[in-house]
Amino acid sequence: MAITLTENAAKHVRNFIAKRGKGVGLRIGVRTSGCSGMAYKLEFADEATDDDLRFASHGVTLLVDPKSLPYIDGMELDYTREGLNEGFRFNNPNIKNQCGCGESFGV
Amino acid sequence: MALLQISEPGMSTAPHQHRLAVGIDLGTTNSLVATVRNGISVVLNDENGRALLPSVVRYLADGGVAVGEAAQAMQSEDAANTIVSVKRFMGRGLKDVGEISRLPYRFADAPSAGPGSGMLQLRTVAGIKSPVEVSAEILKVLRSRAEVALGGELVGAVITVPAYFDDAQRQATKDAARLAGLNVLRLLNEPTAAAIAYGLDNAAEGVYAVYDLGGGTFDISILRLSRGVFEVLAANGDSALGGDDFDHRIHCWLLEKNHLSALGPRDTRLLLTHARAAKEQLTEHAEARITAMLSTGEMIDSVLARSEFHAMSQNLVQRTLQPLRRALRDAELGVADIKGVVMVGGATRMPQVQHAVGEFFGQTPLTNLDPDKVVALGAAIQANLLAGNRSGGDWLLLDVIPLSLGIETMGGLAEKIIPRNSTIPTARAQEFTTYRDGQTAMSIHVVQGERELVSDCRSLAKFELRGIPAMVAGAARIRVTFQVDADGLLNVSAREMGSGVEAAITVKPSYGLSDTEITRMLQESTQHAQDDMQARALREQQTEAEQLLEAVQHALELDGGLLDQAGREKIETRMVALRDTLQLADHLAIKRAAAALNDATVGFAQKRMDKSVSGVLAGKNISDLEVKP
Repeated sequence: MAITLTENAAKHVRNFIAKRGKGVGLRIGVRTSGCSGMAYKLEFADEATDDDLRFASHGVTLLVDPKSLPYIDGMELDYTREGLNEGFRFNNPNIKNQCGCGESFGV
Repeated sequence: MALLQISEPGMSTAPHQHRLAVGIDLGTTNSLVATVRNGISVVLNDENGRALLPSVVRYLADGGVAVGEAAQAMQSEDAANTIVSVKRFMGRGLKDVGEISRLPYRFADAPSAGPGSGMLQLRTVAGIKSPVEVSAEILKVLRSRAEVALGGELVGAVITVPAYFDDAQRQATKDAARLAGLNVLRLLNEPTAAAIAYGLDNAAEGVYAVYDLGGGTFDISILRLSRGVFEVLAANGDSALGGDDFDHRIHCWLLEKNHLSALGPRDTRLLLTHARAAKEQLTEHAEARITAMLSTGEMIDSVLARSEFHAMSQNLVQRTLQPLRRALRDAELGVADIKGVVMVGGATRMPQVQHAVGEFFGQTPLTNLDPDKVVALGAAIQANLLAGNRSGGDWLLLDVIPLSLGIETMGGLAEKIIPRNSTIPTARAQEFTTYRDGQTAMSIHVVQGERELVSDCRSLAKFELRGIPAMVAGAARIRVTFQVDADGLLNVSAREMGSGVEAAITVKPSYGLSDTEITRMLQESTQHAQDDMQARALREQQTEAEQLLEAVQHALELDGGLLDQAGREKIETRMVALRDTLQLADHLAIKRAAAALNDATVGFAQKRMDKSVSGVLAGKNISDLEVKP
């Protein structure tokens, strides 16, 4: 399995990293927190560690720590606009429930 | 579900705890809001994709408020209730606004007490409004735009102000933000914000000039960027000069060309709107056509050529160069030291402005960021940092005080405690003493300005330090501390070092000094440097002479009996002579008369000394006084 970006999301990530001026890719993971148990982590990555699992999607390197992977395996990240707001949407097939806003979830 | 943004490494926030922060450029003509998203500073648009919110507020009879485009559209029709360029009124009294008759508003008297005391007010169909309330309406719109766009409540905002805003104007801006429900993380000088936007994006070190010609204000700042530290070396400007003045030139030209006399407020607004459109058109085109129908039914149809516009606005452009020279002089730098020139403000799009600035500095100014957005973009970067969204690499931001701060000393002289162009935040202390024997209170008069005499400076606040233990003149040690916080607001405290009695004031500045006055005061301080030196010498001499007269008078009352008739007369004559010279503005004459009086009292002083010594020695045997080997 793998983690993937939609083409639109990848385009935005490449653009963000280029404007930021540094970064080897995107770090995606989960943390235990929030109202439904787990929360996503989405950060710029300046370096990869030996433990990191690497995925490549539309020219973007995605780094995931092995402990996070089971919670998000098969997930696709999309970039969307909702009214004035815009950002990344996590389409995660592992989710059993999530809080109202979707910022935290359970598996 | 919520949409997520990419955080800096290790800076992911807990769910529902996003530290949403924005930068707001609260401009004279337009206002903007920006934020850092996915690591990049972006301006937030409204639902129609527009970034600029015209800083126009219209009050309606039903109590409603229209802000931005909707208000601007009605500014000709409903000029009295449609407030434009309210920034010019922030923290200002009625008497500070020179062009009142040219404005279509009904002004109300300033409240004498409470917040905003001394600040002018506007009478609208929805009641009396202060500039703070009007500005708050603009900020509310930007706040809700940001909260919709970011999907959450803001933790705070960085709001930019012209470098020349004084304490009253900064306080008024803070009050407006609070009224709009915004937490102010910091007020930031506009040129500094622009430098942040450019400095970080281009990562270039060196000395830069920021040339900011906005709608109503002109600021020039000399900044040094090194190792991520921004230091403002000097700031200068003309806060009554901006793009609006170029509109007025075209407006006057239209009146002249069409043989019109003074128009009503509605037609004035109409023509100004057309004048602005023509100005913007002339940036891209060689000529602009202006057609409008006045309320009298008269048609205006004129064609303005770019060359004609350049000629009529030439002296406005030239007026920006004088503050530029002064700023360079303050920074002790020459044109050759400037590594780059940053252009800020929509008015810098005008080719004649870019040309004049390029010629002055001998280099092409930087225009690669949108001059309308660059301030907001920089403010957003600062807000993002202050909200705690940025890992490591924190940078220090230094701003300067535009006018010296000090207190009044005897003789109406201004003693500077924090000199102009000091970087803030800062704290300085100086010790003062009492003037009279047994003096138990001291009045502290806080002033701002460059001139030597208090009457030529601006009065900021007055307070009293009471409970000083009675001592002879000059024995008390009163430490006066001036503290300016990161927003440029002033705290003054006074403490008598012996007894520890203390008094302090947070300067609730009395509104009242116009920006033009600040500029005028700066100019005058250089023009009047010679006069001021004379004036200071005179006042010092007068104060000294008064002190001498008082001391002699006191001595005569106590020990007059020690003098013979002739001796007493001689002293009294010279006292009269000295009193007479006090009326003359001649410090040398006072000095001579004081020396003459001093001379006449030598013998008297000797007699008094002998008397007090014999008083001490009376009844003592000589052996008691012998010094033991």
